[in-house]
Amino acid sequence: MTTAPEQVRVPVTWEDDVRWQTVCPLDRLQPERGVAALFGETQVAVFRLFDDRVLAIGNVDPRSGAAVMSRGIVGDRGGVPTVASPLYKEAYSLVDGQCLDVEDVSLPTYPVRVRNGSVQIGLP
Amino acid sequence: MTDTRHLVVVGNGMVGHRLVSALRDRDERGEWRITVLGEETRHAYDRVALSSYVDGKSEEELRLPELAGFDLRLGDPVASIDRTARRVVTASGAELTYDALVLATGSVPFVPPVPGKDLPNCFVYRTLDDLDAIKEAAAAAVARPGAGRRSAVVVGGGLLGLEAARAMRLLGLSPQVVEIAPRLMPVQVDEGGGALLQNLVSSQDIAVRCGVAVTGIREERDRLIATLSDDIELDADLVVFSAGIRPADTLARDSGLRVGERGGVWVDATCRTSDEHVWAVGEVAALEGRTYGLVAPGYAMAEVVADRLLGGQARMTPDELDMSTKLKLLGVEVASFGDAHAATEGALEVVVNDPVAGTYSKLVVSDDAQTLLGGVLVGDASKYATLRPLVGMTLPADPVAMIAPGGVELGADALPDSAQICSCNAVTKGALKEAIHDGACTVPDLKSCTRAGTSCGSCVPLLKKLLVSEGVQVSKAICEHFAFSRAELFQIIASTGIRTFTEAVESHGSGRGCDLCKPVVASILASLGGGHIHDGEQAALQDTNDHFLANMQRNGTYSVVPRIAGGEITPEGLIVIGQVAQDFGLYTKITGGQRIDMFGARVEQLPAIWKRLVDAGFESGHAYGKSLRTVKSCVGSSWCRYGVQDSVGMAVLLELRYRGLRSPHKLKSGVSGCARECAEARSKDFGVIATDKGWNLYVGGNGGATPKHAQLIVQDVDQETLIRTIDRFLIFYIRTADRLQRTAPWLEELEGGLDHLREVIVDDKLGICADLDTAMARHVESYADEWRGVLEDPKKLERYVSFVNAPETPDPTISFVTERGQPVPMPRAGDPVLIGLPTVSPRQEVRA
Repeated sequence: MTTAPEQVRVPVTWEDDVRWQTVCPLDRLQPERGVAALFGETQVAVFRLFDDRVLAIGNVDPRSGAAVMSRGIVGDRGGVPTVASPLYKEAYSLVDGQCLDVEDVSLPTYPVRVRNGSVQIGLP
Repeated sequence: MTDTRHLVVVGNGMVGHRLVSALRDRDERGEWRITVLGEETRHAYDRVALSSYVDGKSEEELRLPELAGFDLRLGDPVASIDRTARRVVTASGAELTYDALVLATGSVPFVPPVPGKDLPNCFVYRTLDDLDAIKEAAAAAVARPGAGRRSAVVVGGGLLGLEAARAMRLLGLSPQVVEIAPRLMPVQVDEGGGALLQNLVSSQDIAVRCGVAVTGIREERDRLIATLSDDIELDADLVVFSAGIRPADTLARDSGLRVGERGGVWVDATCRTSDEHVWAVGEVAALEGRTYGLVAPGYAMAEVVADRLLGGQARMTPDELDMSTKLKLLGVEVASFGDAHAATEGALEVVVNDPVAGTYSKLVVSDDAQTLLGGVLVGDASKYATLRPLVGMTLPADPVAMIAPGGVELGADALPDSAQICSCNAVTKGALKEAIHDGACTVPDLKSCTRAGTSCGSCVPLLKKLLVSEGVQVSKAICEHFAFSRAELFQIIASTGIRTFTEAVESHGSGRGCDLCKPVVASILASLGGGHIHDGEQAALQDTNDHFLANMQRNGTYSVVPRIAGGEITPEGLIVIGQVAQDFGLYTKITGGQRIDMFGARVEQLPAIWKRLVDAGFESGHAYGKSLRTVKSCVGSSWCRYGVQDSVGMAVLLELRYRGLRSPHKLKSGVSGCARECAEARSKDFGVIATDKGWNLYVGGNGGATPKHAQLIVQDVDQETLIRTIDRFLIFYIRTADRLQRTAPWLEELEGGLDHLREVIVDDKLGICADLDTAMARHVESYADEWRGVLEDPKKLERYVSFVNAPETPDPTISFVTERGQPVPMPRAGDPVLIGLPTVSPRQEVRA
């Protein structure tokens, strides 16, 4: 999969308040799958969508406590991009981290950008 | 209740069995101690299905569910009853006193008093012992040298007679049916229906003579000659009497109980005889003077007595004495219900007779043509399910239109709540609606919570209609992205040649899929020969287990299961597995499928673990996939003194043939080397049991939450036939089952059930067997070990890292404690705490 970086739309609004950390080259991400990345004690799950958007949420499944969100199946629910927890299959919005099956459960989200072919995420 | 009372049941047939079952279910306080005395030496069996014994069903398969909590004495019938002392004496001399006595002795076959009726090779058709004797005599006749086909005279052209005729044909004899009435099945069908029935039956190599009686039988040159009332003589090797039954009421007569005018123990509507401590149920009971030769009224009587024994007020209602029947005999459907013979005063008959199509339908209606009274259907009885519950109700449409071809199709809506949908188990539409509103939403749900459809099954189509009319969504759409069932999607993908999920969702779905539809499409593509499941876009479709080719456990680590085909493993293999588990600190456990599971592997350890295993000759066991898991085996004839075939060899052969086959759900199998069935093959999706002539194949079993025994589909077949049948079964299942539907519910929902399946994959009724065979051949040829495929492809290995920016750093959330000497996941706060374990050793952290 080769994608020119300028085609990638990055949903970042709060760029200035964060530390940008490099995750990996964009080419390392398979469309509609995720990878896990570790920054200190923070685990982040980073997903590349079919339209080459890249989104990031917390990697620890709130229900099981296992760090597995990056290994879930990516899809959509009513057009909202989602990932399903691989353990108990709850769907989470990749846009705002809300669990779409259980009320009041959510995952943190992180801003993402692509610079020179590298995926970067913003940590607080 | 301080003292236990003693119930003695005389007779261990279907109704006696039902009585014990009903009483044990309801007698929660243990008021009754039960003793059952049976004349036959066998456990209670399904006598209604007696003829299937000739088709190859075994005694075990016909056996009724075993009950606990009562004393069963077989082969020791009651010889006399002393009603004053409330005591029975058995043939062996045992004496038992009772507080209540139930006579459930059933019937004896009626044999007309003709000279020669007791000659050798004259039989009755009532018990498994009778059938064993018939089979033996038929085999001897067929084996006897001499010209001409061997034949049998069947005396009686009723339901039982036609079953007997069919059995004779299956045993290789030419049957000739002799019926004294002017038509076949005189009790159930009228003259018009009988005429059509005779045509349909005669066209199947069964000679029929109606309106004549057998007047004598004599022996001549090792054969029998039956003389008929019109002086015709018929040669036969066997004579089978199946001319009706008589209540087995001798015991009751001898003990002075009141009997019915036409035989049977007289009982009132509560099934009590003229002695308040004695009851009678089933075919022996003459309910208010009339006997009933069907099982459904017998069951109802058993329920009434069980209720009465516990102080209830149940009584028989006219509904429960429904004599309606629907059956398929010799491929001909026959149904009769309500007042089939228009005996009601002023009754009108509406007949549609189509000799070209081979169907005859008659409705009997009241003199004002407003109320349905009964009917007869021959040739096509599909309308039986909707018509029978309407008996006694106002007709919802013009009676001609209701039976005419292309006429009114009645739905469940037409029936009132009081209509009995399942007459075998007396379940009304109202009761079913209640169950649906309480959450039953499938036919199996309705079966398990109401018992409807569990006996003869003729009401199952109506159950489906009822679910629809009650607004239960029976949409089989996989998810919001595809409006198709898995089977439909399979057809679409197979016929259009679609090779990717993107093509499928863009041309036949919407959105970008989800965790429901993506694995379905992945499985379909794999079943159609899609190469390695991680090739190209397919990798993005796989569930996490298939994505990492390992089973994710609750703390995010994986378990690893190498294939151990048939459960056979060398000492060297065991050492390799032990060494690998030791080196990587894995927990090991023997699985139910006769292999070894290694738990606690982190994602980045998987390639190194598998490198060791593959180098030692192991391959993926597909424990992670919706695919063949294991073929379990007993040790078989190589070692076992009882084994009749090499079950391990067969299990290895099957496991290696079907390994890697992707399917709607996991597939399990087993092979037993003899009828002792140590491999528990009948709890599997497909199970094989060795016989001294070959192999029996059973399909559609599973363990799990709703255990199901697999059912016999072919028997005594050679290896080639066995494998061909399994090939076709699996491919047909893969193509037509729903998402995550295992073979047992698939078979249950399959229209026509096991018989239909046999027609498709054995008789090739749909003409698809060549295609099924090709599909399996393609699978077998293209199989390749998935783990080897990963290890040989650096691109596929890329994903096996803990973190993309720190590939070798272990996930810091994973930690283990030691339990019984092995590592297990650290319990989380809030995990349930187990208490009462035999030994609780102090937990210590072994690894962070």
